[in-house]
Amino acid sequence: MILPGIFASQMSGHLGGNFTSIATVTLSSTQSSITFSAIPNTYTDLEIRTLGRTVYAANSNSNVSIFYNGDTTATNYYSHYLYGTGSAAGAAANNSALYSFQTPDDSVTTNVFGAAISVVKDYANPNKNTTLRSLSGYDGNGSGIIAFTSTGWTNTTPVNSLTITAQDGSWKAGTTISLYGVK
Amino acid sequence: MASAPTYTPIATITASGSTTSVTFSSIPQTYTDLVIAGAFYETSSSNTSLQFNGDTGSNYSSTTILGNGSSASSARVSNFPCIFWDRQGNATGYGTGVAHIMNYTNTTTYKTALLRYGYAGTWVEADVGSWHNTSAITSITVGVVSGSGNLASGSTYTLYGILAA
Repeated sequence: MILPGIFASQMSGHLGGNFTSIATVTLSSTQSSITFSAIPNTYTDLEIRTLGRTVYAANSNSNVSIFYNGDTTATNYYSHYLYGTGSAAGAAANNSALYSFQTPDDSVTTNVFGAAISVVKDYANPNKNTTLRSLSGYDGNGSGIIAFTSTGWTNTTPVNSLTITAQDGSWKAGTTISLYGVK
Repeated sequence: MASAPTYTPIATITASGSTTSVTFSSIPQTYTDLVIAGAFYETSSSNTSLQFNGDTGSNYSSTTILGNGSSASSARVSNFPCIFWDRQGNATGYGTGVAHIMNYTNTTTYKTALLRYGYAGTWVEADVGSWHNTSAITSITVGVVSGSGNLASGSTYTLYGILAA
């Protein structure tokens, strides 16, 4: 027997009017960060869907930080991640740099853009530190990474803006990031 | 900020009999991302995978992380005929998975998919795959394309469209 609930639990949000498109940014030129501001506080969760790449060309992977409410002090955040490189699985943590997800840089095969799906849970709740989870990765036909990430913000203030910054270089033209609200 | 409800069901396909694959064709070009939710397994311990626009050539690659209850591992295939969704292979019973195909109508980037699959009795995995083609995706084949066996009868896949503001 196949239960609809099993499907729903695997999906990003819920169907029909419970998953709402809020805003999208598509870059026509290089940009160091992308900000969504004045985010409505009427949803339960936020989902950020990214197809991106950076212009840096040295590491293959670029770490991406999602900062809240303009707080770019990395030590106010912490992150844990589980990743696969194609040859080994690994896990790590960081509380001095915010690793929200991974994206490819310009040393990766041309035309390969990385994908990330990030969910900010209960973002309008003033009684919880804000928590985010991501699944991200890219495959460059011989290179790549797949990563699960969890990050926390040591602040209970409701989130009203998101700043998405690639730590190694700027976002490349063609990068698209969309913000959704989930009820 | 503009806002509009989205996450629209497009079609559902349930495999029956001896079927190696199912295909979503004539996919509307009006969404931003596609999502396939599935409950499925195979008749032998093969792999369920994705192909786009009927391309059966070695034009795909994917990277996997997998946990089997005692250890985690990672693997990659390059210049391969499909993107793995169920790399481990499952001939035991229904597992569930979701596949996200990002920005599928753009004609400037290779297509990237993020996928998850798990069978609670054995393992869980996540995959990222690339189709080395900039064409817009108009059809998706889901099936046993890199091994032997069929989709288990009753395996079900539902395709959704997500439209960004």
